[in-house]
Amino acid sequence: MSTALSAFVSIAFHGLAYAMVLYLISVGLSVTMGLMGFVNLAHGVFAAAGGYVMTRLMAGYGVPFPLAVAAAFIAAAAGGVVLERLLYRRLYGADDLAQVLMSVGLIFMSVATAKYLWGPLAQPMTPPSYLSGQVDLGFRSFPTYRSFLIVAGAVLVTLLWLGLERTRFGARVRAAVDNRRMAQSVGINTAGLFTATFALGSGLAGLGGALGAEILAIDPGYGLEHLVYFLIVVAVGGLGSIKGPFFAALLLGVADTGFKYLLPEFGAFFIYALTLAILLWRPQGLFGRA
Amino acid sequence: MSAALETKGLCKSFGALTVANGIDFRLERGARHALIGPNGAGKTTFVNLVTGALSPSAGRILLGDSDVTLLPQAQRVKRGLARTFQINTLFRGLSVLENVCLAIGERLDVAGDMHRPAGSNRTLMDEAYDALETLGLADDALRPVRELAYGRQRLVELAVSLALKPKVLLLDEPAAGVPSPESSVIIDIIESLPADIALLIIEHDMDLVFRLAKRITVLVQGEILVEGTPQEIAADPRVREVYLGEGAHR
Amino acid sequence: MTAALDASPPAAAVNALARRHRLRPLEALPWLAATAAFFVFPDYLPLGAQILINILFALSVDLILGYAGIATLGQAAFFGAGAYTAGLLAAHGWGEPISGLVIAGLVAGIIGLLSGAVILRTRSLTLLMLTLMIAVMLQEAANKAGSITGGADGLQGMSVWQVLGLFRFDLFGRTAYLYCLALLFLGWLAARQLVHSPFGRSLTGIRENEARMHAIGSPVFRRRLVIYAISAVMAGVAGALLAQTTQFVALEVLSFERSGSVLIMLIIGGVGRLYGAFIGVPLYMIAQDRFAQADPVYWDFWIGLLLIIVVLFARTGVLGLFEQLLRRWSPRR
Repeated sequence: MSTALSAFVSIAFHGLAYAMVLYLISVGLSVTMGLMGFVNLAHGVFAAAGGYVMTRLMAGYGVPFPLAVAAAFIAAAAGGVVLERLLYRRLYGADDLAQVLMSVGLIFMSVATAKYLWGPLAQPMTPPSYLSGQVDLGFRSFPTYRSFLIVAGAVLVTLLWLGLERTRFGARVRAAVDNRRMAQSVGINTAGLFTATFALGSGLAGLGGALGAEILAIDPGYGLEHLVYFLIVVAVGGLGSIKGPFFAALLLGVADTGFKYLLPEFGAFFIYALTLAILLWRPQGLFGRA
Repeated sequence: MSAALETKGLCKSFGALTVANGIDFRLERGARHALIGPNGAGKTTFVNLVTGALSPSAGRILLGDSDVTLLPQAQRVKRGLARTFQINTLFRGLSVLENVCLAIGERLDVAGDMHRPAGSNRTLMDEAYDALETLGLADDALRPVRELAYGRQRLVELAVSLALKPKVLLLDEPAAGVPSPESSVIIDIIESLPADIALLIIEHDMDLVFRLAKRITVLVQGEILVEGTPQEIAADPRVREVYLGEGAHR
Repeated sequence: MTAALDASPPAAAVNALARRHRLRPLEALPWLAATAAFFVFPDYLPLGAQILINILFALSVDLILGYAGIATLGQAAFFGAGAYTAGLLAAHGWGEPISGLVIAGLVAGIIGLLSGAVILRTRSLTLLMLTLMIAVMLQEAANKAGSITGGADGLQGMSVWQVLGLFRFDLFGRTAYLYCLALLFLGWLAARQLVHSPFGRSLTGIRENEARMHAIGSPVFRRRLVIYAISAVMAGVAGALLAQTTQFVALEVLSFERSGSVLIMLIIGGVGRLYGAFIGVPLYMIAQDRFAQADPVYWDFWIGLLLIIVVLFARTGVLGLFEQLLRRWSPRR
């Protein structure tokens, strides 16, 4: 394979894996912001929580990978239910700044808690043996774990989209995102729906954080470090949209990987500039409603 | 002689929904003109288009001799176009006096001044106070608007727009839902407006319409159905048909 | 109506409104306290200077957040721009502090004007995102342009000359403290003038009901842009003060942590009341100085909790609580 083509394939591959992780984490944020109109900057904390649960279970208790990942999802979802009932629902309808500040407070608390419980360093993540190494596709080899990530991501995304299109729960979510008051007047229990949606979004974030621990290392500052990227995925994709953030994540994942590889001296600068340009051109995001 | 306000072929659509369909409307100088029509006819939308709160899909809007179709809302106000809102749109946390002061300040072009304290312009504040007295709001001058009863707030809504000393005034259901003492104040004020102001009132109350208007336009589903004197409108069978479907109109 | 000579109600209402904007004796308190602190706490002057700098920074946020209702997550962009400008000037041979300050303020102001012209056309959530984007872009640029800015190691080699040719920046921080105090005073003067002017009242109008402002002919976009640019200048001056008094510029001057912590300090004191900064900043920074050194993890946790509690139960901050208490104890107007 020529070096240019090989580089292109590498960028596409790693970008795609990164995009899957970004999407799984951010889709919950998109729905939360679109559904409850809540600016939740602490969303990344749920991803970190999932990552911590998985890595601690695997490293500390020898729990097998599939179980640890499932536990990550459940723990993050449960955390979402608790926090939504306790804190978030008090500020639905409050102004943006109040919501921002509350979520910033949550980030601070979570950073401190993580540092206290597990120390300031990143949690090592070793994938199980059957997912380690390389997989040979003939024309070249790819890291097994990242290949798994892409496949698993695709499966999860498909399940999610089908679930939201085909189930009654999904229909209710989409109705409520579209027009909350109307949904309430048709008898949809928005309070319960909000909690369930928040739990699903947080759970997915935990899942994404756990699965993606190999790309985005799990450390106490996780929620803050990657916040901007999660926000970019949601803002560029379109708040409340489920498919929009997927394409935004693809764009971001591949572009970020590409720029860091080809133009490392500029870092993420072009990503930010591109985001700025897109948001100025379409403030509601690529797939958001005006 | 040019009209005070005119629209030519004014259209507005939201996707497949057309809320204004080729409206040709003329408001003469010194007019006392009413715009009536069933709910959802697009009356408030029309006012929003004319004032610039909404931009048209097609058509032109003329204020006096100038084409203001592309002009932003605030600039149309500067040229003498003012409106009241169907729902009180006031500075709820500020005092009644200050609500009116802000409007006068914009009119006098001193609202952007940074070099003087806000309380130093006595002439401005006196004018505001006089305006409140005329409307019977003097006692509430220092109370925040949000503490006032609905009817009193409606008076403030009128006071703010009048403070702009407009040449064309659009009143969107000024007395709707307003209890007795305030509603007669509103009607008296409207009746005693200077003769050179062109007035367009959106109203559902037919008694009010027939009392105040010399000309009536009937809007139905974004289109003008008919236009004429109160007597012509009252006698028009199409108008009655449009309203019969609504039930009693009082 | 009665003649204008007697103290009839008409004059009273107008007088009351006029009086609202006049200077009150209580407003001398912060300055007396700050001057007293200079003599009473000679060992804490470096911290004192930091507090004064952050008050100026918080004041710049209050102008746009508390008065114009523009929420921002990226005010550090202007703070950092001012810091790096002053830093680069001093590191490349021009160490005159006051002119450095002016230039830094201008640079920050221009960035504010240009970015504001572009992003202030958007609404709430998008605007919030865009303010964050601007700051993050600047931070990344500063990070990557290491040969100019020193990158992650920070800008070193600054040499700041004497203030007015007379006052050397001494080791005890005396000159720094008084220098910052003087600039804070000027900044406060400007802020107070703005807030109590017709312009400032129109900003309150924009915050209260933007639709009505348009409907009375107010050039809303222009007013917001002007205050955004002024706020950027103020933040830039604060950043320059930091650079000049510490003779060092770290990358964190452009960080989200900077933008976030100044918001927290302001919220604790009370937004939109001009003096919220004067209360929230010292409270936060003195507490941080006492507790954060001992155990930073502890500090982060409790500050996070405090923030949540303030947002849920004391939205209006210390000053707001104070106002509520006053209203309860003296019910008459």
